[in-house]
Amino acid sequence: MSWDEWMPLLLLVSSLLPGLLIFFLAEERVRLRTALNMAAALVKLVLVCWMLWGVYHGHDYETRLMLLPELELVLRAGPLALFFVTLSAILWLVTTVYAIGYLEGAPHRSRFFGFFSLCVTATVGVALAGNLITFLLFYELLTLSTYPLIVHRGTEAARRAGQSYLAYTLFGGALLLLGTVWLYTLTGTLEFTPKGFVSTLAETDHPVLIIIFILMIAGLGVKAALVPLHGWLPQAMVAPAPVSALLHAVAVVKAGAFGIIRVVYEVFGVEFSAVLGVAGPLAALAAFTIIYGSLRALFQDDLKRRLAFSTVSQVSYITLGIAIAGPIAAIGGVVHLVHQGVMKITLFFCAGNLAETLGIHKVSEMNGVGRRMPWTMAAFTIGAFGMIGAPPIAGFVSKWYLGLGALEVGQDWVLLVLAGSSLLNAAYFLPILHRAWFCKPLGTWPNEHNFGDKETAWSLLLPPLLTAALALAAGLLALLPFSPLAWAKLIAVREFYQP
Amino acid sequence: MPVVFADVPWAVILILLPLAAGMGCFLWPRIARTLASLTIIMIALSVMGLAWQLLESGVYRHTVGGWNAPLGIELYADGLSLFMLAATALVGCGISVYSTAYFKHEDAVRFWPLWLLLLGALNALFLAADIFNLYVTLELMGLAAVVLAALPGNKHALGGAMRYLLAALLGSLAYLLGVALLYHGYGSVDIATLAERVESSPLIWAALGLIAAGLMLKTALFPLHFWLPPAHGNAPAPVSALLSALIVKASFYILLRLWLEIFAPVVDDSIATLLGLLGAAAILWGSVQALRQTRLKLLIAYSTVAQIGYLFLAFPLAIGTGVTAWSAVAYLVLSHALAKSAMFLAAGNLLRFGGHDRIADLDRVVQRLPLTVMAFTLAGVSIMGLPPSGGFIGKWLLLEAALTQGRWDLAAVMILGGMLAAGYIFKVLGHAFTQAPVTHEATVVPASMEWAALLLGLAAILLCFLAVPLLTLLGIGNPFGISELSP
Repeated sequence: MSWDEWMPLLLLVSSLLPGLLIFFLAEERVRLRTALNMAAALVKLVLVCWMLWGVYHGHDYETRLMLLPELELVLRAGPLALFFVTLSAILWLVTTVYAIGYLEGAPHRSRFFGFFSLCVTATVGVALAGNLITFLLFYELLTLSTYPLIVHRGTEAARRAGQSYLAYTLFGGALLLLGTVWLYTLTGTLEFTPKGFVSTLAETDHPVLIIIFILMIAGLGVKAALVPLHGWLPQAMVAPAPVSALLHAVAVVKAGAFGIIRVVYEVFGVEFSAVLGVAGPLAALAAFTIIYGSLRALFQDDLKRRLAFSTVSQVSYITLGIAIAGPIAAIGGVVHLVHQGVMKITLFFCAGNLAETLGIHKVSEMNGVGRRMPWTMAAFTIGAFGMIGAPPIAGFVSKWYLGLGALEVGQDWVLLVLAGSSLLNAAYFLPILHRAWFCKPLGTWPNEHNFGDKETAWSLLLPPLLTAALALAAGLLALLPFSPLAWAKLIAVREFYQP
Repeated sequence: MPVVFADVPWAVILILLPLAAGMGCFLWPRIARTLASLTIIMIALSVMGLAWQLLESGVYRHTVGGWNAPLGIELYADGLSLFMLAATALVGCGISVYSTAYFKHEDAVRFWPLWLLLLGALNALFLAADIFNLYVTLELMGLAAVVLAALPGNKHALGGAMRYLLAALLGSLAYLLGVALLYHGYGSVDIATLAERVESSPLIWAALGLIAAGLMLKTALFPLHFWLPPAHGNAPAPVSALLSALIVKASFYILLRLWLEIFAPVVDDSIATLLGLLGAAAILWGSVQALRQTRLKLLIAYSTVAQIGYLFLAFPLAIGTGVTAWSAVAYLVLSHALAKSAMFLAAGNLLRFGGHDRIADLDRVVQRLPLTVMAFTLAGVSIMGLPPSGGFIGKWLLLEAALTQGRWDLAAVMILGGMLAAGYIFKVLGHAFTQAPVTHEATVVPASMEWAALLLGLAAILLCFLAVPLLTLLGIGNPFGISELSP
């Protein structure tokens, strides 16, 4: 019995327990709640750092509990799991700070932060899951814990968005369940294994495996917002800004993308996916989603909706990198999990700041906002250039590896998709920047709040600045150890292409 | 000490104690509450004692008064009986806590003796070893349940109870005829003796037809469910919880027990197929009806109709994968008992708080009872079969059984049923998060009523992590062994 066996469970408990406590806190205990939140987020971060160091040096952290006879609840902190956990731990801390500022004085905050913590717990669970049933468990828990956050505002629009979100995600969850049970009846195991565990099945089972693959990808594709399963994402925009930020950067869409990585690489195995002939169609679907999302984003005037369609497009980079089926493309896809998260959360924080401070919700209202809120717009600019893929920001690194990886396996068409997507990204982000920095203000702002001589509250301004800095650092320092890129390479070596 | 402990006849206590205490409650209404609370605690402890006994020495048999099978009454307990007894004790604890605050004055005087009588009947039913005693306990349970359902005394409740009474009597009558046929044909009512003597014959088919029809009526399997929604929807909250969580399961238990021991080996698969078909229809019909309801308690009642359907899916599935399918059923019975009682108790809180249970107007009450809403949600998670919950484990096992045999139709029905369940649960919960102004001063709901519902809901969730020990307990005495045919 050693600590190593309990570390993954501890990681879950570090956000679960505070979340449960917060539910029972009275609404007006603001300081206690804030202290609990921050302490939990910091504890989680320390635990994550500890485990990162351990895994880097070859340690193994694994918790196993019996769930059913012959089926275990497995939480394993491998390199890939920790990659996602680190992202969620850092962004949880940042978003908590942001949410505390954003929701100051709003009703039902205990409920909000309670579910917020549950949501992070579920995300960490998704990351740590060591087999499909554990993954499924947390994947559904994630659906349930994000629902109250989406409908938090309590308006009729929020209720409808919530119902639509549930209709999509529960349907996806049901498909995933069906695929998982079916696979289990064939293989008798669900454990994530390097290079997959289904390739040993007889050739006669291949048609069945193709159906299972489709079921699973469809189930995960709902959360990963693969077209045509993306409909809930733009609607979910009615949620408060910190929720949107977390939804788009870490929690929901990433859980879907992460699941696709797991299924392709550690259930089916990438070579075997190619044998089945399913990797190609998946890549094509991802490419289509990338272009489609960007095209739709072009025509949105609502800032958060534009960002939402941008997410639809950007998250599919991860799927694309995975489906191209080469080590370098895989690195590009995996590293984009973190890069997109850091950049997109910056953009959503900034959008929230504009809405909270000046009442700006539309792109057409953004004229001259760069002069009124220079710091916020500076962060936004970094995020936007990152999305376009301009060096030296993180997004460039992802695209570089995706492109190289595609060339390596002879799939040159991917370059066209990447170039087209970059152009489209530029087409919907640059006009925003142009308006903000170079146009004259329209006169008064829609609904301005006064924060003295500062442009907005500290707790709203610091988070986007920090994440923008992270996005810049991830690009500039990509070649240092412990950078996202270095860790993605570690994942490829240790998990995907284990000798 | 442990030796003495092992010799205590826990099974006898389980039957006699509630009956005696019920009598006591009737004679001394002033101490009824205390007496009933003590009794239910003792019952819970006795179930634990029995569990320990079973773990130590396997299947439990007891001949009452020392008279052997053909003449005397025998008690029998294996893993399956234990499962049902445990479900009864757990739900009983929750309902008793709730009822101490729910029933006042006159109502309390009537409720406690009846509830204890019902508890005794249920325990006796799960411990009975012959089909005639099963009949006696079934009748006893049915009558107590009908009176409980009529407790409010208003038009709706009396109408619902009357329909229930007629259905219950008709059901037991059919069952009794089946029992008479079996006794006539094989000269015994003892299940074990019958199991040795039966062979495939027209008589056994007739007996099966009567027994199955009677019990299906009492279990409210589609299309014989017509009596359930009005009875369950109009009874007082704790009684609705009892009816949905335990009573319908008791008649299902009899059917399951007789099927496993007597009928399955000698009849062909057509009956199992038919039961599965009806189960599938029940899931779809009950769920769609639940979606259409505008009143919360009726919605929950129709959800029971749907959930009962899952139990019957196991009959065709057990042909190939006996243990998996029956374990799934046992797990579903337990988790549904907990979840559904939590749900009805939560609905009772909402009803008391707001004075109505119209779903569309719930927003005014739900905001201010977070614990109750939490209870409803946790129970809902289990009903939908989403992880982490007992319902998920049951559904997983059932799906596994279905997919192993390539029963796509049944798997699809299960998945669809889960989606529909999500539809009606979230139809209610969607209103929990909307913000309507408070229009009137609401009645205060005692904390014990909120916590009773919450703890039952929480128990349904925790079942997700107790599958391994519970399935081990269930396996004592190999209750499903007979149906384990080679694939």
